[in-house]
Amino acid sequence: MTPEFPGARTPDREYTIDANGVGIAIHEWGDDDAPPLMMAHGGFDFARTFDVFAPIFADAGWRVVSWDHRGHGDSGHTHLYSWEADLRDASVVFDHAAGRAAVPAIGHSKGGALCLNLADAEPFRFRKIVNIDGMPSRRPVPDVAEHERTKMLAGEITDWLDHRARTATAERKPGTVDQLAERRRRLNPRLRPDWLRYLVGVGAFEREDGWRWKLDPSMRFGGFGPWRPEWALPKMASLGVPFYGLLVEHEEPMGWGTTIDDIVPFLPDGGHVEEVAGVGHFAHIEQPRETAARIMEFLGRPA
Amino acid sequence: MNAVSTVVLTHNKVELALHTLRAADGPNLLLLHGLGEASPTTVPRWAGCWTGAVHALDFTGHGSSTVPVGGGYTAEMLMADADMAIAHLGSATIVGRGLGAYIGLLIGGARADQVGGVVLADGPGISGGATTPTSQPVVTADAVDSTPDPYAIIELGRDLRPPDYATTFVRLANEGSDLPEPITVTAKFRPRWLRAVVDEPGVREAPSIADALSRYA
Repeated sequence: MTPEFPGARTPDREYTIDANGVGIAIHEWGDDDAPPLMMAHGGFDFARTFDVFAPIFADAGWRVVSWDHRGHGDSGHTHLYSWEADLRDASVVFDHAAGRAAVPAIGHSKGGALCLNLADAEPFRFRKIVNIDGMPSRRPVPDVAEHERTKMLAGEITDWLDHRARTATAERKPGTVDQLAERRRRLNPRLRPDWLRYLVGVGAFEREDGWRWKLDPSMRFGGFGPWRPEWALPKMASLGVPFYGLLVEHEEPMGWGTTIDDIVPFLPDGGHVEEVAGVGHFAHIEQPRETAARIMEFLGRPA
Repeated sequence: MNAVSTVVLTHNKVELALHTLRAADGPNLLLLHGLGEASPTTVPRWAGCWTGAVHALDFTGHGSSTVPVGGGYTAEMLMADADMAIAHLGSATIVGRGLGAYIGLLIGGARADQVGGVVLADGPGISGGATTPTSQPVVTADAVDSTPDPYAIIELGRDLRPPDYATTFVRLANEGSDLPEPITVTAKFRPRWLRAVVDEPGVREAPSIADALSRYA
């Protein structure tokens, strides 16, 4: 199947790098020698979800560099997953794309939170940060796996342990392109059916019994652990680079539900946050050109 | 006496080594080692009074278990390791050293109906990391093909352990266990999470592991 969607463009370069033994798939749009612009996808997504959004920046003169988080897209399915491991992988990708130079970065959802966290640990990597609906709030976030929750109901823990016991033989459920698109629509209800079918073509693989999402079947929504979402909020104030946050009008199953009032008290100096009307959690997919225009005004010309 | 047998349990992509140090009828005793350690090869002296079988689990990245590629350890994932062992054995009383004590507390709360008491003893990794977030550096380690995995030591040596997170598992143990005191603390060194645990109802302090086990036998 050759997937098609208006405005979608296959990356200009796709390859895999070694991140401490883990194969991390890199996807690039734009000239190889253009200034790098890092783009981080959300949890349970993959870099090719930027197939419309990223080329807009590439056409404006950026070299967009995105990567599939471990267990997602074309990256390796690893033994273990954790926030710390995702940060370590991201650090390797930044090193690969830009060395130790400061570059701008755009992150959506979990990818936005990853960038904020990496900027706290390794601030030298960032020149500007854009966060699309991935700013922390006091609510648990839906797309961060394994350890980012605090709900401590016994049933949730035993459900998770029961899931772990099945992971050795687990496989994603097969289906037709339409069936996989329909499953995704339940999580992304505002996205167009033809876009969801397109995603199957670039984010799933086909075997005799049907299509399956590439996502590691050991990963699942939910989880629990010692981390509390509200702990991340005060750390936003420490950011030392220009920051632009986009929140969205419509709540969705994958959305974080963060409000302007949650964020404003913790905005870093010179930081700016606004709510985009008429869009849900995937603002960059619903309105790619409008969202890109806002961000490019903040980023300035490629340099 | 060396381990009489070892079974391999598959937890996702990791093969876990569960050793039987002494086969016997009667209740199972499961030993959980400390951070950077491996299971003992003989029944520890303090477990000599235990009349049932004695088993010991090598956590992911330790002993004879798989070394994962690229780290990613969490205490919760090691709790799932312990859960695989409990599922294999059916039920067990647990003695945990250091990190194993913390993991024992977690699984003792999560599977309270299958765990016949947990003893929290001194050992490597008992502290963990901070109790609130810090600005932690991104750390990488050279790959190894033997245990212990340096990523385990890095990541589990600094994992967040808020006291109220730990005490939640005490409450789960109290709710799900038939024992009046499902948790016993013998550790002399007590980081904040463990001090909070000791203050909870259903937690007993004991002068030694042997003494603690005598209540669970």
